[in-house]
Amino acid sequence: MPDVTFTVDGKQLTAPAGTLLIDACKAAGIEVPAFCYYPGLSLQAACRMCVVRIEKMPKLQTACTTPVAEGMVVQTETPEIAQARKATLQLLLGNHPLDCPVCDAGGECELQDMTFKYGAGESLYAEAKNHREEQKWSPVVYFDRPRCILCYRCVRMCGEGMDVFALGIQNRGSSAVIAPNIPAQQSPDNLAHLDCEQCGMCIDACPVGALTSGTYRYKTRPWEMNHVATICTHCGDGCKTTLGVRSTSDGAEIVRGDNRDKSGINGDFLCNKGRYAFDFANSQDRITAPLVRQSDGSLKQVSWEEAFAHAGKKLRELRDARGGKSIGVIGGNRLTNEEAYLLQKFARTVLGTNNIDHHRTADYVTFAQVLAGQQGRTASWRDTQTYPAVLVVGGDPTNQAPGTAWNLRSDVRLNKARLYIANTDEIKLRRQAKAFLKLAPFGYGFFASYLAGDSSSASNASSDTSALDGFRDAVKAEEKLLILIGSELRGADLKRLIEFGLTIPGAKFALLSDYVNSRGAADMGLLPDMLPGYVPVANPGSFAEHNVPSEPGLDMLEIFEAAGRGDLSALYVVNSNPVARYNIDPAALKDTFVVVQEMFMTETAQIADVIFPAANLYEKGGSVTNSYGDLQLVQKAGDRAGVRTDFEMIVRVADKMGADVRALVPFGKGLRADMGQTRGAQSGEADRHAVWLTANNLEPKLSPFDPWAILDEIQRLVPGYNVLRLQLLSGNDQHLEPSAAAAANPNRRDLVLPSGDNLFTSGTLGRFSPMLNDVQQYQGNEPLIQIHTAAE
Amino acid sequence: MSEIANSIFTPETAARFDRLVTLYPVKRSALVPMLLYAQDEVGYVSDAVVTEIAQRLDLMELDVRNVLSYYSMLRTKPAGKYNVQVCTNISCMLRGGYEILDHCKHKLGIGHKEVTADKLFSLEEVECIGACCWAPAMQVNYDFHDNLTTAKVDEILETYRAGKGKDVK
Amino acid sequence: MPTLVSHPDEVKVISRRFGQGAADIDKYIELDGYKAVQKAIAEGPDWIINTMKASGLRGRGGAGFPTGMKWSFVPKQSEKPKYVLVNGDESEPGTCKDHVIFLHDPHAVIEGTMIAGLAIGSKMGFIYLRGEYRYLLKIMEKAVADAYAKGFLGKNIFGSGLDFDIVTQSGAGAYEVGEESALMESLEGKRGVPRIKPPFPAVVGLYGGPTVINNAETIASAPHILLMGGEEYAKIGSERNGGTRLFGISGHVERPGVYELPMGYNLKKAIYDVAGGIKDGKKLKAVVPGGSSCPVLLPEEIDVGLDFDQMAKAGTMLGSGGIVVLDETVSIVEFALRTISFYQHESCGWCIPCREGTDWIKKTLTRVYNGGGSKKDVANVQYLAENMMGRTFCPLGDAAAMPTLGFVKKFRKEFEDYIEGHKAGTPIITVEQLVGAH
Repeated sequence: MPDVTFTVDGKQLTAPAGTLLIDACKAAGIEVPAFCYYPGLSLQAACRMCVVRIEKMPKLQTACTTPVAEGMVVQTETPEIAQARKATLQLLLGNHPLDCPVCDAGGECELQDMTFKYGAGESLYAEAKNHREEQKWSPVVYFDRPRCILCYRCVRMCGEGMDVFALGIQNRGSSAVIAPNIPAQQSPDNLAHLDCEQCGMCIDACPVGALTSGTYRYKTRPWEMNHVATICTHCGDGCKTTLGVRSTSDGAEIVRGDNRDKSGINGDFLCNKGRYAFDFANSQDRITAPLVRQSDGSLKQVSWEEAFAHAGKKLRELRDARGGKSIGVIGGNRLTNEEAYLLQKFARTVLGTNNIDHHRTADYVTFAQVLAGQQGRTASWRDTQTYPAVLVVGGDPTNQAPGTAWNLRSDVRLNKARLYIANTDEIKLRRQAKAFLKLAPFGYGFFASYLAGDSSSASNASSDTSALDGFRDAVKAEEKLLILIGSELRGADLKRLIEFGLTIPGAKFALLSDYVNSRGAADMGLLPDMLPGYVPVANPGSFAEHNVPSEPGLDMLEIFEAAGRGDLSALYVVNSNPVARYNIDPAALKDTFVVVQEMFMTETAQIADVIFPAANLYEKGGSVTNSYGDLQLVQKAGDRAGVRTDFEMIVRVADKMGADVRALVPFGKGLRADMGQTRGAQSGEADRHAVWLTANNLEPKLSPFDPWAILDEIQRLVPGYNVLRLQLLSGNDQHLEPSAAAAANPNRRDLVLPSGDNLFTSGTLGRFSPMLNDVQQYQGNEPLIQIHTAAE
Repeated sequence: MSEIANSIFTPETAARFDRLVTLYPVKRSALVPMLLYAQDEVGYVSDAVVTEIAQRLDLMELDVRNVLSYYSMLRTKPAGKYNVQVCTNISCMLRGGYEILDHCKHKLGIGHKEVTADKLFSLEEVECIGACCWAPAMQVNYDFHDNLTTAKVDEILETYRAGKGKDVK
Repeated sequence: MPTLVSHPDEVKVISRRFGQGAADIDKYIELDGYKAVQKAIAEGPDWIINTMKASGLRGRGGAGFPTGMKWSFVPKQSEKPKYVLVNGDESEPGTCKDHVIFLHDPHAVIEGTMIAGLAIGSKMGFIYLRGEYRYLLKIMEKAVADAYAKGFLGKNIFGSGLDFDIVTQSGAGAYEVGEESALMESLEGKRGVPRIKPPFPAVVGLYGGPTVINNAETIASAPHILLMGGEEYAKIGSERNGGTRLFGISGHVERPGVYELPMGYNLKKAIYDVAGGIKDGKKLKAVVPGGSSCPVLLPEEIDVGLDFDQMAKAGTMLGSGGIVVLDETVSIVEFALRTISFYQHESCGWCIPCREGTDWIKKTLTRVYNGGGSKKDVANVQYLAENMMGRTFCPLGDAAAMPTLGFVKKFRKEFEDYIEGHKAGTPIITVEQLVGAH
């Protein structure tokens, strides 16, 4: 669109023709108030707050529906306009309860702000306000009808944004009301309810306190919290979530999650887990003191010193007696990159073993190897918002990567992107797809072969062979294509699909995994055969300085097989629950010394000899890498007395084993220190001075427990991790590309085990979220019938 | 044979609905009249009506409820067999509309949106029904009765009570 | 059944077939029916539009937009199908003119729809009647079926090679659906909430296609205009207000009814001569000249021509042609309350000023009416109405604010006297009734 020039409040502005006046004003720093307008959602012109005076127009015009035009002359704040807005506010306030002192939105309410600005202070009416009782629509969504100003943001957010359409508008005139999709008369409790994805987007979008969060309401006032922007610990999208944190007697409690400031790669999006499922952190079931198993088999609470000394001594003895190869290490998907890196370095340089693995949820090794040497072929999460065409093979983003699904829907809606979906199931995203291809069960490999040109695979790829050609041709005709790949595709299948995609010059790829740092765990070398950056152990390159064993170690399954044979002397588990995940018979580990760093008494922790109470991702600083390879900063939000970060605990155990801590963590080299990023509940208010210093490597790193000391080494040694520190530290995401060497053992096992999580589960961690349990139970009665069977 | 298995409507109405959806470029266009015709048959828009219409038009039930709650002729509770709708808007008001309304209330012993015990009559005060020049006017179901007097109302109600009133739907 | 009235001053164009059984298609044909559409086919779209322009016909729904010009706005080329939409959602209090057209001359509506379709290159028309007009819908449905049976509708109409279909549609009770874009929403099976304009229906209308939407009377005028010629039609009316229109005169007059009078006919004469003067020899108190949304006129203001421009000059509107006459017994406080109650009931609720404004005016006037008012309330009502004017999403807000402003400005003293206990007029509505419908 060509630019047009127009005048607003005497200022000459330029914007592309077609830009809405309200947006053009905002871009120029002129705020035009609005309740119903919400960027990216359909226009309403309902609240009449954005009225402005446009020359030659007889009436005030709504800035939200007026595209800028050449020569347009606009006034946005005249007495006439202020009066119009004031009158509108007076009308709203006629019925709006003035319960601001107890309203969740008090202090961050757009109606309050507008009333303050336009001074609609006095009431014109003598009539009583219409009171209605608050309604509990679901465990996480409450509706306070009198507070509702009918801006319809929630309705559009739910329908257009989420493709759920669980909210509607009913009745008319002054009786008009927002209504959920389960009417009272159809509910067992005779109250209206929501059958939906429970994302809570309606609550964030609500400009007032009409929609409130079941987990936050009436808990605190906004100004009593610190607001810490960090990364959600759940799925592989890595959305930013802003955690509202309040001090408690034993730390800092997280009371709220949202993304109302629309910062981060996820813009305004958060799903149910990102918004509410921080509550495991506040659980009373947390382990808050080190535990050591006694000779009678019981676990005894001991001092930190005793626990570290015991674990260190035992591990040292076993290593020295039975060799590093008798020890296994299992890392987690929710560790920071720094922790994952440290863990593999600890395993390889202190324990002397390559027997290290993690619960793999996507075959990133193959992904990296097939794309080795390619530039600009990996997709950032941001690409899913803008790419003109997207092919999704496998996966179910709506359930497994809700942020990706949100982006794809938005891309289709706002940019008219063409979405192609091939899946064995009729996943919900097909509703946005230009073409949906139903694949045969286990048809992904055949489909990849078919795309690559092997027509004989057609009948095994899909029973709808007639649709295959058209689908392939359409995909191949795209010049810029994003290929999102589910974890179903691994090894040779994955290779074939990517190689097909590489024939399209503008194609980019992403491989979807299940947890916040599944990608980071793989990138950081929690693998028996790969060092960080997918550097083979046999050919360590820059890692030669670590003197790691050159033979690949045991993988996850082999570790437990070794235990069963009595060949595993020790197992060190950090933030993982393999016993439950891989259905391990605890008896197999009866002769193995098991050290576990955990938050909860998981199935794995239950058989441990030493349990170290661990902090979770919301209680530490560092970086994580999402499925797409976007690196982001996590910051400490919550705190719990009696827990420590996995990073610190690994260092302390290494220390007690007699390892050279300086070799493990290159601290104190005058480069970098933790200046508040990881300390205390106040850390969210980042000291900008410190950020600058750290960004420029000017801070001394004084502590071996400072994850940033390891970041230096990651940056130096891990191929592809060319981190821009200022980007990271100022909370921006940056896209990293693995640059591994190609080739590898063709018989390598991918060992991918999809978590099978849905919108309301999140591995072992999810079991400790009261909210997720509530919602599962609640939605169990309403199995998303309405939203999944609804018409396209 | 209806396109919907186990339709709650009579075969005639079901067949009519089958045809109705074919008349428009977009199926959903049939929604408003379909709700009204369904109400004519069932007496009100019941949950079952909502369910079947949603199914016929590939809509979510919420969509149907959003629309149905907008239109004042659609009701979600049963009315009497004969729904007496008295206009009291300005033209009728000036010529005795309220007197007619009061007379009906008295005569039927019910108030606005109430139903007689025998479920024969219900009463509604309605907005302008487009009979201003023949005011005061009322409708019994869909049939207009105009230039009303209280005596004429008595006669009309008696005719309906005797089952001889006009009732074209 | 509505009684037909007649008066020597009437000029019968639209009403010329009333009372002659023209609902029967053969009778209609006998009375020159379906000649205009054949002429339209022969002469072509440009001729139709030019004739309509020359006729000076202005929209009979109330806004008075020139019909020929409206038709000419529809783009000739369109990727999406074009539609003709007949607005028979007649709901403005005081208005019942379309009622008699559907009753007495349904084929004129069909023929007019076809003509509009030919003018804009549409193949499909919809005739939307308010839900309450079920018996009229039946008449229209039969007329449409008869026209199909004769081959006038459907494929290759009158051997022209053109197709044209008509679907009749029922509403279900909503004044707001009379607003053209709300009507399109309703016809698409949605809540009758208006659309954002622009785009206007002529460009993006029903199902996203270019759409001509006209009031039923406007459409029914078209065949007559084509037969008599645009200039001839224009001559009947006043300057820039071609032809005749149906005026419904109701309220306190001796001979209420729907009369067809030339545009520009004197309002006072319409009341005193045509409708026989004030009922029972009472004195005139006020006139609501064009449906309930038009600002009230005082007796001394009614010596004015009934056309769009003269009425605007008089500070009111011609509106839908529904003239409501109030005699001296009427309490304006009560009348104003009954008027705003209607708009409060019918507001779709979409925008704040209309949804809340109508509600608060009604609440305030209710309290005043019940004896709990203060002088400040009159000022508040005026303030509310003034702040609704021109600020709402659609014209319903104005339609509620304009009469309210008229009442409180022109009868301010009556309101204030009322508040002080000196109640003019004879209140009809009881407090109990107020809690009723609205």
